[in-house]
Amino acid sequence: MAALDDFRKDTRAWLDENCPASMRTPMTEGETVSGGSKHRSPNPDSYVWLDRMAEKGWTVPAWPKEYGGGGLHTDEFVVLLEEMARIQARSPLEGMGVTMIGPTLLEYGSEEQKQRHLTKIVNGEIRWCQGYSEPGAGSDLAGLATKAEDKGDHFLVNGSKIWTSGAQFADWIFCLVRTEPQAPKHEGISFVLFSMDSPGISIKPIKLISGASPFCETFFDDVKAPKEDLVHKVNQGWTVAKRLLQHERSGLRALASAGASRTAATQTTTSLADVAKETIGMVDNHLANPVLRDSIIQYRMNANAFSLTQRRTVEESEAGSTPGAATSIFKFYGADLRKEQLELQLKARGTQSFGWEGDGFTAEELNLTRTWLASRAGSIAGGTNEVQLNILAKRVLGLPD
Amino acid sequence: MPLVLNEEQNMLKDAAKDFCGKSTPITELRKLRDDKDETGFSRDIWQQMVELGWAGITIPEDFGGLGFGYLGMGVVMEECGRTLTASPLMSTAVLGSSAILSGASDEQKAELLPALAGGELLTALALEETPHHSPYNISTTAEKSGDGYKLNGSKKFVLDGHVADQLVVVARSSGTAGDRDGLSLFLVAADSDGISTTRTIMADSRNAANIELSNVQAPATALLGAEGKGADVLDKVLDVGRIVLSAEMLGGLQEAFERTLEYLKVREQFGVPIGSFQALKHRAAEMFCEIELSKSVVLEALSALDEDSDEVPKLASLAKARLTDTYNLVSSEAIQMHGGIGMTDEHEIGFFMKRARVCEHSFGNAAYHRNRYGELEGY
Ligand SMILES: Cc1cc2nc3c(=O)[nH]c(=O)nc-3n(C[C@H](O)[C@H](O)[C@H](O)COP(=O)(O)OP(=O)(O)OC[C@H]3O[C@@H](n4cnc5c(N)ncnc54)[C@H](O)[C@@H]3O)c2cc1C
Repeated sequence: MAALDDFRKDTRAWLDENCPASMRTPMTEGETVSGGSKHRSPNPDSYVWLDRMAEKGWTVPAWPKEYGGGGLHTDEFVVLLEEMARIQARSPLEGMGVTMIGPTLLEYGSEEQKQRHLTKIVNGEIRWCQGYSEPGAGSDLAGLATKAEDKGDHFLVNGSKIWTSGAQFADWIFCLVRTEPQAPKHEGISFVLFSMDSPGISIKPIKLISGASPFCETFFDDVKAPKEDLVHKVNQGWTVAKRLLQHERSGLRALASAGASRTAATQTTTSLADVAKETIGMVDNHLANPVLRDSIIQYRMNANAFSLTQRRTVEESEAGSTPGAATSIFKFYGADLRKEQLELQLKARGTQSFGWEGDGFTAEELNLTRTWLASRAGSIAGGTNEVQLNILAKRVLGLPD
Repeated sequence: MPLVLNEEQNMLKDAAKDFCGKSTPITELRKLRDDKDETGFSRDIWQQMVELGWAGITIPEDFGGLGFGYLGMGVVMEECGRTLTASPLMSTAVLGSSAILSGASDEQKAELLPALAGGELLTALALEETPHHSPYNISTTAEKSGDGYKLNGSKKFVLDGHVADQLVVVARSSGTAGDRDGLSLFLVAADSDGISTTRTIMADSRNAANIELSNVQAPATALLGAEGKGADVLDKVLDVGRIVLSAEMLGGLQEAFERTLEYLKVREQFGVPIGSFQALKHRAAEMFCEIELSKSVVLEALSALDEDSDEVPKLASLAKARLTDTYNLVSSEAIQMHGGIGMTDEHEIGFFMKRARVCEHSFGNAAYHRNRYGELEGY
């Protein structure tokens, strides 16, 4: 306990000294740093902050020190996040490097692969994208058809991916390819890494209902993927792929952040009630619209129960191991909660929440319109909610196929 | 506030699981029901619970209790909830103890708490006057009379009211029904002149009574807490009741869920286990999520009681609303997923739905607690 108190004191002092003032303001869309050089934050402080945090390994606080991580225990990690939350410090580095491929390489990468890739993730040097989904393989991911032929020192990749988030900004891709067409579908897949600058790759951005184009179609035409970046064993990529999805859906990082926001969590969404007070008004100390009031309260209670459950999981996994299949509830329930939160914002604000652009709306209102539309992806991306329920039923409840 | 049990609490839970599994399986409740047992629970089992210390779990050691706190009480009630165990734990060890702990004078405590912990005294909270939980909506009057009070009114749904030795009567010494101010709590002997008790036989086979108070004479020393300020004690007692009842409900709904899950794996139709049908799988998985969330709110609320946190009222409403909704969902789905056999009296699964609905209406249903939660958040 005393050691943890010391850690908190040191951390607080270090953050006070090293976190630039502009990094203690709410994140703005364009200033998120996900690594690499193809998309830069316009704010130079973003990189001062990134470099200082990376030097301590605190862009990935729980990774082992030998690969550039912070080597923190879960309880220290939570303290760090609490202290960051206290000064409203931004996350210095986001993206699929720190959240998905990094943790996966730590488990399945060869020593040589870890040495070559991990520090570049920690420093934010390289941005990654995820080549999983294909036009014919979404929920049935193992039905993927992108072909990789063994050419001795490399695989020759042909086919296409779709919904590749950030492909236009990524330096590298982690990609599922079919290396054995005759085998049962789960047993002919390999997990490979290659540069997005390889000859034969082309991309085409796709526009979302929110108007943004965060993802692309990605085409491979005789792309050479060197064998040194085959992760784990050939035709055993499915095991790696599933593990990565667990990190994506509910990695320790996400849980620990939730744990840290234990008090903040109840505050951030108060804005929903504040908005409603303003737009709907109060009668006898109650929101004037009783139906909306009940929905808001129900949402608030569910959100509270949800964050308590995340905190409980953190406390239970004190040992620091990444929780397994039971954490599917977070992806599933969290996506629904977020959608509900935004739908309630619309109900509270009425027609002011449907502004698309131009005059007549505040910047916050215009932003809400887009955020609401984007929120629908939560129950689709990374495995749909129906697929999450399938996984829960099978892996956690043990129900038969 | 901790969301995991410590070693002592885990040991208590294991012991409770063992005891309830062996001594009070659902067949015991069925027997009490079918025998039309006068007491509605087994005095013998109660004596064994007392010997295990359960009557005094929340009572400090100085007064002869275990001093194990509400997390301790919660794990015991959770296990009792799994086997639908009928006992005076709620009326006496939860409501009675907390009324005396938070409202009684030092002399009253010294006299009553050891008797409670020793299982020699059974209490009941005589609160409700309508079919809906409405704690300030009290018309029962307490008029000054001599150097004491005269109580008049009628009470409904008094848990264990038919066997209690002492009643905690919520009465109005001033103001009108609905006012929070003006309530007073009295501890009166159940066999006092002017008290008539009618046992009510309920669908869940648990115990309650309607009680008429007609010119019941209570001395000034019968007051629990200050005259007119009874709501300060009552609110505390009710939050304790809501939270511990939520723990019982958590046990019941987990048991109903596990039994249903097992049935999904063994019952075959169309040549396959019914648990392979996605329509049932998804509903089961959704219930699992609600149950995981329910566990967290119950633990947090119990911890808050132990730490005497300001968050108790909000967490009590959070727990009671969520556990009500979840127990109703799970117990209803349990019957549906069992099909015809789930409708039979012979099968035990139907007992859970009956219990769930009576729990729903004990100390406030989900709508009551959502409204309260909103008020506590300031809208
Ligand atoms: C914003 C966004 C970002 C994304 N980013 C990436 C990325 O970076 N990389 C990447 O590889 N992919 C990405 N995806 C793709 C995402 O993983 C897929 O969209 C998702 O897995 C669903 O596949 P699908 O779109 O083909 O839908 P389908 O699989 O065709 O599903 C259509 C509907 O059928 C339901 N359904 C399908 N199978 C079942 C079943 N067995 N039981 C019950 N219902 C079922 C689904 O739940 C859904 O409701 C992204 C998607 C979005 C929306």
